[in-house]
Amino acid sequence: MTHQSSRVQERHDSPQEIEQLTRTWHSPRGFPGWFTHVNQRMIGRRFIITGFIFFLLAGVLGLLIRTQLAGPEQHFLGPELYNQFFTMHGTVMMFFFAIPVMEGFAIYVVPLMVGTRDMAFPRLNAFGYYIYLIGGIVLFGSLLVGMAPDAGWFNYVPLAGKEYSPGYGVDIWTTMITFIEVSALTAAVELIVTILRLRAPGMSLNRMPPFVWAALVMSFMIVFAMPAVIVSSTLLILDRLVDTQFFLVESGGQPLLWQHLFWFFGHPEVYIILVPALGMISTIIITFTGRPIFGYTALVLSVVSIGFVSFGLWVHHMFTTGLPQLGMSFFTAASVTIAIPSGVQIFCWIASLWGAKIRFATPMLWVLGFFAIFVIGGLTGVMIASIPFDTQVHDTFFLVAHFHYVLIGGAVFPLMGALYYWWPKFTGRLMSEAGGKWSFWLAFIGFNITFFPMHQLGLEGMPRRVYTYTAEMGWGDLNSLSTLGSFVLAAGFMVTLINAVWSLYRGQPAGENPWNAPTLEWATASPPPAYNYRHIPIVESRWPLWDWQCRGERSVVTGLSHQQREIVITSVLDADPVGVQILPSPTIWPFIAAVAASSGFIGLIFHPVFFVMGFFLVFFALVGWFWPRRPWKEEA
Amino acid sequence: MTSRRSSWLPIIVGLPSISLLSACSGVQSSLDPAGAAAQLIADLWWPMLVVAALVTVLVLILLLISVFWSYRYRSARPLSHRQSRNLVIAGGIILPLSVTIPFALSSFSIGRTLYAPPPDNALAIEVIGKQWWWEIHYLDKNGDRIATTANELHVPVGEPIKLLLKSDNVIHSFWVPNIQGKTDMMPGQVNVTSLVADEPGVYRGQCAEYCGAQHALMAFLFIAEPEEDFDTWLEQQAQPAVAPKTNQAVQGREVFLDSGCASCHSIRGTRAQGDKGPDLTHLAGRRTLAAATVANHIGHLGGWITDPQHIKPESLMPPTELSPDELKALLSYLEGLE
Repeated sequence: MTHQSSRVQERHDSPQEIEQLTRTWHSPRGFPGWFTHVNQRMIGRRFIITGFIFFLLAGVLGLLIRTQLAGPEQHFLGPELYNQFFTMHGTVMMFFFAIPVMEGFAIYVVPLMVGTRDMAFPRLNAFGYYIYLIGGIVLFGSLLVGMAPDAGWFNYVPLAGKEYSPGYGVDIWTTMITFIEVSALTAAVELIVTILRLRAPGMSLNRMPPFVWAALVMSFMIVFAMPAVIVSSTLLILDRLVDTQFFLVESGGQPLLWQHLFWFFGHPEVYIILVPALGMISTIIITFTGRPIFGYTALVLSVVSIGFVSFGLWVHHMFTTGLPQLGMSFFTAASVTIAIPSGVQIFCWIASLWGAKIRFATPMLWVLGFFAIFVIGGLTGVMIASIPFDTQVHDTFFLVAHFHYVLIGGAVFPLMGALYYWWPKFTGRLMSEAGGKWSFWLAFIGFNITFFPMHQLGLEGMPRRVYTYTAEMGWGDLNSLSTLGSFVLAAGFMVTLINAVWSLYRGQPAGENPWNAPTLEWATASPPPAYNYRHIPIVESRWPLWDWQCRGERSVVTGLSHQQREIVITSVLDADPVGVQILPSPTIWPFIAAVAASSGFIGLIFHPVFFVMGFFLVFFALVGWFWPRRPWKEEA
Repeated sequence: MTSRRSSWLPIIVGLPSISLLSACSGVQSSLDPAGAAAQLIADLWWPMLVVAALVTVLVLILLLISVFWSYRYRSARPLSHRQSRNLVIAGGIILPLSVTIPFALSSFSIGRTLYAPPPDNALAIEVIGKQWWWEIHYLDKNGDRIATTANELHVPVGEPIKLLLKSDNVIHSFWVPNIQGKTDMMPGQVNVTSLVADEPGVYRGQCAEYCGAQHALMAFLFIAEPEEDFDTWLEQQAQPAVAPKTNQAVQGREVFLDSGCASCHSIRGTRAQGDKGPDLTHLAGRRTLAAATVANHIGHLGGWITDPQHIKPESLMPPTELSPDELKALLSYLEGLE
């Protein structure tokens, strides 16, 4: 070990040392330099920005869908475009917005929260981002060139098979989904190792901030859920490209196999989106009540148990497929048990809010909005766990209402809160509070006007995924109301976009800790320097910054090298320092490897020769990536 | 069949403006049950709604109280550890358990009734999902087809029916909300379900599993009628087509057989034996065309034959080019297929 852990009061460091440290962690500027960045905050920021761009694009698709449905028998979009649009809306929102943006927040915030300088595998991080970016651009690009998939985000076979979807659309969907899965897996592995081994000395597992716990649970869920969809989409692409028969009924294939594999991933997927949002809520509540949260252990155990139980629910998406009743009953029981950990969390939060001096800043508003919406979504979720009731509302607008209540209320509202909350840390400037409140109220009201009427539409028999409906059905009024609401909702999000851009130039400078929050990310400059912390902090409780305020001093680790990218490795349970890891410098190889892998897989859709080409390109890229560092140069 | 009950939902949960706007036709609504199964499910829904509304209100009131206190009092007055713990145990464990256990039990018990196998003497009907219409075969006791029709399912009121749901293409889902919940039609398997229609009437069913371009307009009529009417109807459906009565109609039959119609459609009693499109033997007796998309009258029929893509874009039926005389003759023939 080249450093000593010693507890010293932070003192003024020499400018030369700081300059050297800055140079060591510096990311190259300029256009070619952009492709070599590996620092965790650069990658996290890219995930967040790219994710929100896809949110915007898929949101526009949502508005177009709502415009088509505003009245009966409209000709604004034909069936062809409408089917592409709803497929893309779902796919992009789930795969290219929700997961990556949650990962982005985790990648940006978690290393800061656990008090380290970067993540465990910076180059893998960069690789994951490029794979995501390429996948997203190709998928969305397919819409612009008229090759977009149109078999739904769930992509059921046989409709998604070659016979019924002959074009390139489903090939592109299948391949790009695998891209995003790979990207998610890299981020998950990265987060797990970072959280378990790179925490600041003293941050034992029971002192980890709730958001870090949530990121850990999310990452483990990704590791176990994503392979199922990688398998299913690989089987499908084999069926489509090289005539295997996994899903072809005529040769003994099984369409239900797709549904099992897809939902074995697909159900945990919604919790992968929800779990980090739960961590965000705890974080915001702690800061804006200004006191420790009630039931830390209960909250953590709830999140962990939601993670486990979510793997035992997938069949509740398949209640109408004719599976045996007794077997399906198990999934009813499993589905309603989710109400307990959710209930425990909600009441822990209420107990924490009760009697506290709540500061009603914008992040807190989004969290309060979450309660109102998520409770309704959770209760309709319990209802549809009933097999008989589900057979009436399955694949109707009732379901559309339910999962928008859960996903927008449960994930997007906390996400917006988190954006307002961490924005000063990201940029050094605060967003406007007035803008934030306008944005919240427009989104909250617009959301309910959009999605509440859909419950009734579903009960009145309106199925999902229909591009139009006849006037006699009587669904026109509620649909126009819903469309009206969707524009109000969109306006709410636009206000935040404008607010964000405005704040970059005019926002009030934030300082280190504008909200008086207790977690480590607020113990460094805003935005943090390239090396995150001048000295790695030492943690003695769950709320280190509040401790430091009381004591008037903080403990840090000294002795890390300024010459190379060094981080402290600590033990899994108690975070005792056990070693130092040297991280790689900026490098172009992750980008080259991502381009090589993507060109192989994307080319494969059009001609088999690309498989061979991609194989060799990836081989050479990985040789470059893993080329041993020369020790005599490192010494210099 | 306007429903008063279907406007309860928004009133209870507090967006009263919606109920003023809603105009429920009720022929495809799970809130207007006309069958035993739909009735049981509706009986589950209303208590569920009330309980859910109460829980929502309870949680929001607690939240509002805590928010209100923070305005009211200058300093924090947190709950004691013990109070907090009791609140979490009551709200987070006892409340969900006391709601979900009775809920799950009643759901299981309804499920047992709903999914009991149909009695052996039940009338068997085979329904096959197509892109994008419904092929319907009535079976006799031995399981042989005795009559074939499309997009219009007649059943006798009060009699148990056994449905054999199939697909030979993509997945569809059979759903008549007023009668019962949906069951998917999976290629490669036969899903058997039973139903009973309690009230005579004309209801609408619609495909509930996304099945391609025209999923939206894949509907059918579900007609529950007294047993005598049903028997007459079935007997008539089992007959081959009536012979054309006028010269024009005879000429129309030639047009039908020579213009490509026969390669996809069957008319029993003629040499038209196509099996891609609906059986047209008793077309004139049906109330709708194009899978319950438009009413069956001569204008729509002419439009559907000459330009199906206008009524249902991407439909698999190609347009047929006919001279005005040919079209008139063809329509006159088809109009006669009672």
